[in-house]
Amino acid sequence: MNLYLLLGVNSVALGGLLFLLSSGFSLIFGLMRIPNLTHGSLFMLGAYFGSSIFIWGKLDFWLAALLAALLVALIGGAIERFLLRRLAGNELAQVLVTLGISFMVADLCLMEWTGDPISVPTPEALRGVVRFLGIAFPIYRLAVIVIAVVVAVALWLLLERTRLGAMIRAGVDDPDMARVVGIRVSRLFTLVFCLGAGLAGFGGMIAGPILSVYPGLDGEMLPLALVVVILGGTGSLMGSLLGSFVVAFLYNYGQALLPELAYFVLFLPMVLMLVLRPRGFFGRQAL
Amino acid sequence: MSARLLAITFALAALASLPLWVSGTYYVNVASQILLYAVFALGLNVLVGYAGLVSLGHAGLFGIAAYAAAILLNMGAGHGAAILGAFAATLVGAAIFAALCLRATGIGFVMITLALGQIVWGLAYRWLSVTNGDNGITVASRPAPFGLSLDGAPSFYYATLTVFLFACVAVAVFVRSPFGASLKGTRDQPRRMTALGYHVWLIRFFACLFSGFLSGVAGLMFLYYNEFISPHAIQLSASAEALLMVISGGSGTLMGPIAGAVLVVLMKNVASAYIERWNLVLGAIFVAIVIFMPEGFVPGSVRLARWAVRAFRPRAAGEARP
Repeated sequence: MNLYLLLGVNSVALGGLLFLLSSGFSLIFGLMRIPNLTHGSLFMLGAYFGSSIFIWGKLDFWLAALLAALLVALIGGAIERFLLRRLAGNELAQVLVTLGISFMVADLCLMEWTGDPISVPTPEALRGVVRFLGIAFPIYRLAVIVIAVVVAVALWLLLERTRLGAMIRAGVDDPDMARVVGIRVSRLFTLVFCLGAGLAGFGGMIAGPILSVYPGLDGEMLPLALVVVILGGTGSLMGSLLGSFVVAFLYNYGQALLPELAYFVLFLPMVLMLVLRPRGFFGRQAL
Repeated sequence: MSARLLAITFALAALASLPLWVSGTYYVNVASQILLYAVFALGLNVLVGYAGLVSLGHAGLFGIAAYAAAILLNMGAGHGAAILGAFAATLVGAAIFAALCLRATGIGFVMITLALGQIVWGLAYRWLSVTNGDNGITVASRPAPFGLSLDGAPSFYYATLTVFLFACVAVAVFVRSPFGASLKGTRDQPRRMTALGYHVWLIRFFACLFSGFLSGVAGLMFLYYNEFISPHAIQLSASAEALLMVISGGSGTLMGPIAGAVLVVLMKNVASAYIERWNLVLGAIFVAIVIFMPEGFVPGSVRLARWAVRAFRPRAAGEARP
């Protein structure tokens, strides 16, 4: 019983991380129809940058996470501005370029940080456990849940309550019409890409103390983001939130109960969703 | 036509006599690798080039065939039974892939194939009791069709060459058939094809089966070539390499994927002899091809060469800028 409860808390924490990863992926896909296959790499880059700043730069954990997010956002913006912009409308080319970049990033990370996993220490204030109902909950995981909730609320406010958010939503719904009424959609593209990349980078560093950082992290996270978006529907914040938690629970319980078939358990709901409801929980259109 | 016939005759003669003029087992083996990856690329090109559906999960189908045969062989089945079983498993796998992926087209198709390919990889990696995980499965022997042993490098080369030629003919016939024409129709004008009474979904479904079958054939040859299969061979970068072969040679042509396979396999072997960083090179080639030669490596380099000649030639007086 206790095991299941602890697994539940871990799943909620993983769901929070997946939300940081996939909300940006979903927005980018929803707004630009770009399947950003570098998203897992951006997550991994954030983790590597952040852990280097934190461990070798001896900066504060949160400052390191923000710096990493900023760096990754800049890299994401550069990829959008200098490569993807030239390929607007050519989806296959965008797939290939993002895939190519993800291979290059993976190899460059391997060169720079070697193949050994880097374990990121938990920030001191958040070490230890909270005892509740006789179960020890790690504080850091609870903190991750809080961060994810804060980010989700902030994103929701940004999208639903600000002028910028209204423009982004207009761009997702009908980019041509948005252009006609004077919204500079291409500038929005860069902005959303930076935002999504920054969130992924931030998520990577926040994930550091839980998952640690190692080569191949990118390839593990990208399919998870894909499944979240297929489940939740593209371009929908609520969709990514719900999808992230579904995926996290399936992943953790699958690992615990059916370790050999964990991957299968994870992808089964995606298959069902595609068959029964191709646009996902909250998507406006099919993939 | 006669020039073309001459070229084909010459190419066939060169391929058939290759073990005689190429010295060393290593190079004959590289040639076998090229041929088996060419079959893989030909299969992927059926989807990418003729159906307009880009798959990033084909290494999954390649893997299903290889793993099915390896598992059957280790259960004590004969080579014939293992090969038939592998084909059956590939076709079932391709049918499942197609049924799911064809819920979408364009980008959605790419994403779903990627996810499905990763499932197959995840199963191969994690399902220890069946696939032996990261350690892979070893196969004891190569088959001996008609009593001919395939253990030597040249004899295996001839076996791959035979399969490769069959695959070439199959794809050529397929593309020229009415079915191939209707497949190209669904690529260019799916709505018009529907209006004309064609069942677009079914046409694409059969194209997926055919493409998957060829990938499975390549997977089987890969298994017998290495006498070993592991998750490493079917990861995402394997799908990406196959796609690179198709794109770099020029998709939607018969020769394109073959030229691409030659290019990629040679580069991979050369690159890994001198540098450790094959993935970096692979990624850079992807980006460069897409940015500079979107139509494929062969036509693209011709265009770039022409452009360079024109750009550096002194301009005659009064000549307008093109």
